[in-house]
Amino acid sequence: MTQAQPIVVQRWNVLSIAAVTSLVALLVALAFGPTYLGPNLTDRITTLFIYVILAAMWNALAGYAGLVSVGQQAFFGLGAYAAIRLSNAGINVYLALALAPLIVGAASFPLSALALRLRGGEFAIGMWVFAELAHLSVNLDGLVQGETGTSLIALSAFAPDVRRACNYWIALALMTALVGLVFVLLRSRTGAAIQAIRDNEEAAASVGVRVFATKRLIFVLAAAGCAAAGSLTLSTLISFQPKTYFSVQWTAYMIFMTLVGGLGTFEGPIIGAVIFFVIETIFGASGVWYLVGLGASALLFSLFLPRGIWGTLTDRFGIHLMPVGYRLRFGSGEPR
Amino acid sequence: MAEPDVLVATGIVKRFNAFVAVADVDFRLGRDEAVGIVGPNGAGKTTLLNVLAGTYAPSAGTVHFNGTDVTGLDAASRNRLGIARTHQVPRPFANMTVFENVFVAASMGGELAGARAYDAAIESLRLCGMLELGNRRAETLGLLDRKGLELARALATDPKVLLLDEIGAGLTDAEAGELVAIIRGLRERGIAIVWIEHVLHVLLQIVERLVCMDAGAIIAEGAPDDVLANPAVIDAYLGSGVT
Repeated sequence: MTQAQPIVVQRWNVLSIAAVTSLVALLVALAFGPTYLGPNLTDRITTLFIYVILAAMWNALAGYAGLVSVGQQAFFGLGAYAAIRLSNAGINVYLALALAPLIVGAASFPLSALALRLRGGEFAIGMWVFAELAHLSVNLDGLVQGETGTSLIALSAFAPDVRRACNYWIALALMTALVGLVFVLLRSRTGAAIQAIRDNEEAAASVGVRVFATKRLIFVLAAAGCAAAGSLTLSTLISFQPKTYFSVQWTAYMIFMTLVGGLGTFEGPIIGAVIFFVIETIFGASGVWYLVGLGASALLFSLFLPRGIWGTLTDRFGIHLMPVGYRLRFGSGEPR
Repeated sequence: MAEPDVLVATGIVKRFNAFVAVADVDFRLGRDEAVGIVGPNGAGKTTLLNVLAGTYAPSAGTVHFNGTDVTGLDAASRNRLGIARTHQVPRPFANMTVFENVFVAASMGGELAGARAYDAAIESLRLCGMLELGNRRAETLGLLDRKGLELARALATDPKVLLLDEIGAGLTDAEAGELVAIIRGLRERGIAIVWIEHVLHVLLQIVERLVCMDAGAIIAEGAPDDVLANPAVIDAYLGSGVT
């Protein structure tokens, strides 16, 4: 192949190298969080980590794979429930919290065979129905006693300070691992295939993309990720009431964070999670008006900034901090 | 025939509920051959192409590729074996760049990784004159470039058989001339071609055999001049009574 001009496929640039380096530095600084944050802030930041996981998972599912689900609370609730069950069976409580997402992820594999047959709105509502079914089934468990609920009693064996620090570190580790996994996946060949499916499923199949298997990969990842968030939330709240965990509000939060940050951008949902976290911290105590405000701002965003904050910025300035795409760089013709 | 045909479809029937879109069609494509499919709208041309590509499973009949029965394989698997297609209405991956569109094809259909996938994608774009558009989001492309992208994407999967669905429609004479030059280049690379096209003067510059379909059946096939002179073909196009 004779090249008229050298063409380089560029993935990293100075900006993205700087961004990823600062991100790593930030994560290292956060790793020492419990030593300087104080008990209240440590708890709050743990919650932020959970939000980042939720936003990143919903974005991977809807923004990249085009699978809009209104039922991700199913996996969130099942993650918490699995941890309760495992701990009750005598497994070490932290091991139970870690195993729960893996079990839910495995269970979502056969579910995907049914769920992924549904298209568009059918899938969205079908997942909601599944979440309600999961909620009702968990209510039937004698251990949970319906909406009376139960709690992760084994955690009370640990001193509150130890528990707080452990929760923080586990949440930080899981967030880093899950968001890192999404990053690696999106950068891989599979990541490009996932986006091709989102944009046009039939065309993707016609260029050799194994549509079902690829969708299933993301479906299972998002299920396990939401279950991890549920299991982490249980470790912070300790109490388990099914209606809290299986509430559709969790998916509403995910949608809010993703839409505000920028659906289908890697950076957007993380920014959306931080924004949601700040709003909740400031206005969370105002009850109903807080929820009205959230709903109104989501509406305004979808009307006037449909690509979200980060999506609008990338459209306007072409900046990508996390390099998941490909740019062609054309040689200027001068010998180098 | 010295060499066996690369693509053989036998007894293809495709029904949509009560409607029979393709009724018992036999179709063969030789290695290095270029066959045109013509016929009025609704004749079943695109449905036949979809059955060949694996987008639709036929209601009856078999499809063989390189002597292997591929009837049970889906479109993705057939593409990986070497059957690529373009769509009548272009279907770009709208939110991805032109290069990313073609890269997906090279890495999935072409089963290439890393630099080899990049090279295959760049080569396909260059061949279709799309290279300088590489960083454009596909949704910003006009119709001509969307068609170019369809072709570049299909090529990047390294096909042995290329199924083209009305890729010449709506092009100016100059654009059609460029398209003919590109497709001639593909034939020289040994890619066999099935081309559905209404724009006959473009089609006839490429194909050596013509198949005419009407109402789901093949009504004539052979050398282009013979097919176009066939009374049944004239009837199908113009309606009976006009001679």
